[in-house]
Order: sequence, then structure tokens, then C-alpha cells
Amino acid sequence: MAALRQIAFYGKGGIGKSTTSQNTLAALVEMGQKILIVGCDPKADSTRLILNAKAQDTVLHLAAEHGSVEDLELEDVLKVGYKGIKCVESGGPEPGVGCAGRGVITSINFLEENGAYDDVDYVSYDVLGDVVCGGFAMPIRENKAQEIYIVMSGEMMALYAANNISRGILKYANTGGVRLGGLICNERQTDRELDLAEALAKRINTKLIHFVPRDNIVQHAELRKQTVIQYAPDSKQAEEYRQLATKIHENGGKGTIPTPITMEELEDMLLAFGIMKTDEQMIAELAAKEAARQAAVPA
Amino acid sequence: MPQSAEKILDHGPLFREPEYQEMFARKKACDGAASIDATALQSEYTKGWEYREKNFAREALVINPAKACQPLGAVFAAAGFEKTMSFVHGSQGCAAYFRSHLSRHFKEPCTAVSSSMTEDAAVFGGLNNMIDGLANCYSLYQPKMIAVSTTCMAEVIGDDLHGFIGNAKAKGSVPEDFDVPFAHTPSFVGSHIDGYDNSIKGILEHFWKDNPVVASASETINIVPGFDGFCVGNNRELGRMLDLMGVSYKLIGDAADQFDTPSDGEYRMYDGGTTIDDLKAAKGAKATLALQHWNSRKTLEYAGSVGQETASFNYPLGIRATDELLMKISSLSGKAIPEALRLERGRLVDAMADSQAYLHGKRYAIFGDPDFVQAMARFILETGGEPVHCLSTNGGKEWAEDMQVLFDSSPFGKDCKAYAHKDLWHLRSLMFTEPVDFLIGNSHGKYLERDTKTPLIRLTFPIFDRHHHHRFPVIGYQGGLRVLTTILDKLFDKLDAETNIAGETDISFDLTR
Repeated sequence: MAALRQIAFYGKGGIGKSTTSQNTLAALVEMGQKILIVGCDPKADSTRLILNAKAQDTVLHLAAEHGSVEDLELEDVLKVGYKGIKCVESGGPEPGVGCAGRGVITSINFLEENGAYDDVDYVSYDVLGDVVCGGFAMPIRENKAQEIYIVMSGEMMALYAANNISRGILKYANTGGVRLGGLICNERQTDRELDLAEALAKRINTKLIHFVPRDNIVQHAELRKQTVIQYAPDSKQAEEYRQLATKIHENGGKGTIPTPITMEELEDMLLAFGIMKTDEQMIAELAAKEAARQAAVPA
Repeated sequence: MPQSAEKILDHGPLFREPEYQEMFARKKACDGAASIDATALQSEYTKGWEYREKNFAREALVINPAKACQPLGAVFAAAGFEKTMSFVHGSQGCAAYFRSHLSRHFKEPCTAVSSSMTEDAAVFGGLNNMIDGLANCYSLYQPKMIAVSTTCMAEVIGDDLHGFIGNAKAKGSVPEDFDVPFAHTPSFVGSHIDGYDNSIKGILEHFWKDNPVVASASETINIVPGFDGFCVGNNRELGRMLDLMGVSYKLIGDAADQFDTPSDGEYRMYDGGTTIDDLKAAKGAKATLALQHWNSRKTLEYAGSVGQETASFNYPLGIRATDELLMKISSLSGKAIPEALRLERGRLVDAMADSQAYLHGKRYAIFGDPDFVQAMARFILETGGEPVHCLSTNGGKEWAEDMQVLFDSSPFGKDCKAYAHKDLWHLRSLMFTEPVDFLIGNSHGKYLERDTKTPLIRLTFPIFDRHHHHRFPVIGYQGGLRVLTTILDKLFDKLDAETNIAGETDISFDLTR
């Protein structure tokens, strides 16, 4: 058996991490890989498309019910979905209370100790938002994910987040084995999106693994709690995810240590691509607008 | 004023002086405390079966748990290695607690440093504290190794020790090749015995992971003693027995000298312990044995993963438990058990038989760490006693099952029961509703002794209010003799106390027992 491959998906909230990761993993399972998904998001929706239902029994929910995580059994939390993909949701506290980061640590420790990682080829972590605290960096720690894939788009905030996440990775990469696997661009149809994604990838010393085009079929599948791979296996979009899966599969060990850039550099880059305007430009535009308005007013 | 420079009163007599008594009475009235009668009534109610059932139905509250937290075990574990400084990554108060807890028991100084995390570290992460802390520790205390553990605070914010220590080394806090093993020891998970296990495993991993196997150690047996407040006496006794057998062995963590330094004019910040060379060589050992199974599960699993044979025991106290340990070591090493040990065994059996008339049928409550309770219950069964209530706050479901197997193995175990995850307030209910003759445990049992009038026999960590017991062994045949004597002393003291009223009970106040 090949060595266990651990990967993680990070990215700005709402960017389509869970959708992208689940579609990719559904394609990977078609390639004969045995997969475990560890959802690290208190919303517990990282496995919905694989299970065709929202997971009810999260690790932390059950641990709270039993009184202690030590009283949990692996069978209680491990659910099997599409083509045998094993799914676990870490779960977490209600919004506004508790510490979801600690929840991620607790869940991952529990899974490791109870042998959830035995007999799988891939472990995939789906992690909420940015690397907001130490707990959400758990999948980046030594002996956890070897490659991090950042899901992003051409939108400014997604680029910010991608750069931030690579800063998080850098903290761990110098002393450990974690590497940035690459960027996955989820098309939002913004200006020069592909160019921008490739430029950012180059700047932070990684590559654009795949550019996933926008297709409504993803939403159609999602409404049915399915991946595109399951809902429309012959569609063009399914083929895109298969390509992405193949690229990730072949990317093992090829991750890099990222070179995140400063906020100023990022803004300069956006300026160069005409996504963002300088203060002077904006003032000039405003002045022009004002002048036009003045001109329009009858004397 | 009751206090004067001519005659200084200790707090005991001082607070019984009328001035203080009056003040206490006023305070009680001011607090609106319940009347003596109401208190007595309530107190009586807590002794009954009805309250016991309520007490055992308790879900959201723990009262007097008989356990401590993980980093305490990690600090103890680190004390067992040559010139090793314990580094607690977290707040200062936690480290102070571990030090005082161990000092109060061993009556010896206990050294440990903390990374002194405060509010800003909680927000920004403790990396800078690690960088400064390691640098300070290294230059101030000149250790050969720094063993890092964590407290709740560092764990909640998710500080990653592997990354932090690597970063600190990169910043030059300690030399790149300086040994800084670590273990994540969240205080809110498990207990001190898990912290011990994690720490020992972390240390072994540090020295074994990328190092080659040293062939010269292939006849050696590694022994992991476990968290043991009696390590001073026990480790030395274990060494004596194994030397008699002529076995090649290495203790993985031996805190005997660290917690028993002589007063000869020289202060020793570090003393004794397993050497780093021995630790490295230990990877090539024939086998790793754990004296306390529930203390060493992860450590043993790791030793097994590097190809060693492993076996675990439940604290080799008493006849059969010692037999099993010696026979296992004999079969592993090919060395016979010498006549001297056979004779010691015979002498212990003889001593037990001599006192049989008094020991037979005595009922006991036992509490403490799971291995200790298991060992003690087994020895009590060997003496013909009944370990009726066996309680371990940090014992789990599997432990309770093992205990049941033990009870079923003896006719004296018929009415005995193990209570996992229960606390000393549960034990109080048990002792009131189903009374026993003696309570065996640690100093925390003195409140149960006071409430239930059941004599307490202090035989396990922590013992804060009696001195020097830990300097004598409780394991092996010699240790068995010591445990037997301790129990008998208490038994005869009790018998004398019950028969010493002149003209009333002294018909049995016998000179010879």
C-alpha cells in the first residue's frame, strides 16, 4: 500500500471549498482511491454532497452528549458515503460561544487515536475560512496534511485570503513537512481572472493547479445534495473535476514552501491588473464625475 | 491579645482562643449560615441510601476527583532523565502548582520552568514566549535536555510545539542539536497518568525516530515505571531485584535520585535519571515493559512499533503480581530467578500467614490511580480481605472490566465492585451506606476518614501529611512486606483504640496480638 497521503483545502469563506473538495474527492474515488474526509467546520457541511445528507452526528456534538470524547466510538461518527468515501464532521460550538479551533484539535486527535486513518489512501481536511487561530492550523501541523490546496477566485478578498493562508503555511513549513500544493481557481467571472490567479500563484511560489470554470450544473447537483460526479457523471463539469483530481493525485510531493507577499505588494499587483485603482485615480474619477454633474446642471 | 512574643501559639491553639471563637461566631451569624441543628440534619441525610442514589445520578458536577491534570504527569516524567529541565508551555501558575504538588509529597525541591504566557500570548500565540523561555532556561539552568509540556491555555489556542520548538531553534534559543523533546498535554483531557504517558512517548520518539538501532543493547530490557509517588523506594527495590537476577535493564525515566537528594552541603538541581546515551541505546532493546499498564499505553504502542516486544503489568505489588513480573523478565532474559528472591517470597507468604487471623475477612475501600487500585485490590484479596469499594476517577470502562475479572478470580471478591470515573464524594456515599474497616488511598482520604470514622492507610501519591513513606518500596516482595506492616499497624492501632477504656472494653486490651 502506498503511504497515506494527507491533503487539506483552505480558502475564503463562501468560495466553494466544500463543493470543490467534495467533487474532486468523488473523482478521486473513481480512480480507485480510498478516502477519508475530515470536515473541520462547525457548520458541518463538508461531507453533505458525499453523504447525500447533512451529517448529524459530529464528533463534538456526540462528545458533548456523552460527556467526554474518550467515551466515543469511531463507529458513532464515521459515516460512509458515495462509493465508500468515509466521512467525519468535527462539528463545533454554536456561533458566538466556545472555541471551534480547540474542537478541530480534539476531533483530529480522536480520529488518529481511534484508527480512522488506517486503511485509507487519502485523508482530506476541509477547513473553514482563513487560518484564524492555532486550532484551524491543526491540519497543517507535522504529520498531518503534506499539501495544502487553496481554493480562490479572481475577487480581491479571495486573493487576500489566499495570501494570508500561505502566510499560515509558511509558519509551519520551515520546521515541518507541510507544503503549499497549489491554487485552485473557482471561476467567478471577474476581470482577467485566469491571468490574476496565475500571477498570484507565481508571486507566492506555487502554481495554479486548475481553473474550474463556472457552470450552473454545480448548483443543480448541490440542490440535490450530490456532487456533479454523481449527478451528471458525463457532463463537461464532471470532466473538469476529474482533471483537477488527476492533477492533485500527480502533485504528491511536489508542493512548495510559499513566499507570501505583503499587503502593499498584493495591492500593487491588483493595481497592475487594473482590478484596483489608486487613490489618485479614484479622486480623478470622482472629480470627473462631479464636473460632469456640474456640467449637466442648467445654468 | 492571645498572641505574645513570650509564648507564640501555633494556629491550632491560637484560633481556639476566645477572641477568635467569638469572631468566628460573628462571621457565621453575618454569613447567615444554617443552624447547627439544620446542618446536622442535612449531614445525616447525606449518609443514607436515598442520598447515595441521588449522588450517583449526579451528572454535571465532580466533587473531589482523585486525579490531577496531564502536565503534572509530564513534569514528573521529565524528572526521571539526566539533567533535564521541565518546561511548561503556558501560564506561570500552572507550573507553580506542579512544583508545589510534587514538593509537598516528596519533601524535596522540584524544578520546572514555564513560558509565562499572559494575555498577549493568548491572543498572538506563545511562539515568542517559547523563543525567550527556551533561551533563558538554557542559559540560566544549563540543562542537558529540556522537556516541554503544555497547559490548557496553550492547548486551547492551538500552539504547535513541533513548529514552535523548530522556530525557536532557528532563532538560536538553543543549539540546533540540543534535545528538546515535547508532548502536548492538555490539562482538560485525561489525567496525570496520560500526561506521563504522552511525555515518555514524546521523549522516546525524540531519541528513537531518526536514530539507528544500537545492536549492543539487544539483550537489555527497558522498563517504564509509570507515574509513581513511591518511585524513590520502588525504583531502587526494582533495581535490587534485577541485579540479583543479573538482568541487563534500563529504566526509562527514573526519578528516584531527583526526588531524594542528600543534604551534604551541595545543592543538586539535577540528580540521577536515565542518561541520554541510554535513552538512545534503548531503541535496540529486546523488550519494553511497563510496570503500570494504564500509565503507558501510548508509550508501549510506540515501543512495539519500532519492533520491540512489549508487556505491561498493573503495579507489581504483592505475591502474584511480583511473581508475574519476575517470571516475565526471567523468560525474556533467560536468567533464572535466584534463590535469594525465592526466599524473600517465602518470607512474605509466611508473614501474611502469621497475621492471617486478623486480616481475614477485613473489608476495604481503595481509591487512586487505576494501576494502584488494581494492584492493591489484588494484594488485599491475597491477604483474605475484601476490597469492597474500588474507585478510580481516572480509571475507565476497560479498567472496571479488568477489575471485575480480578474479583471473579477470588471467593473474597464476591461482593466487590469497581467504580470508574467516580470521585471521592461518591466514595463517601459508598462508605456510609456499605461501611468498610479501612480506607486505602492518599492524603485526600483524610476527610473521608474524619467523616466516616474509617481509618485511612496512606499508600499512594499524594501523601502530603505524612513524611518519608515514599522512601520505602511498596512493590516486590520486600515492598509487599512493607505494605502488609503498614496495614497491620493501622489495624492493631484501631483494635487497641476500641479496647482501651478501663473497666469497660479493656477485657480485650491485649498485650499480645
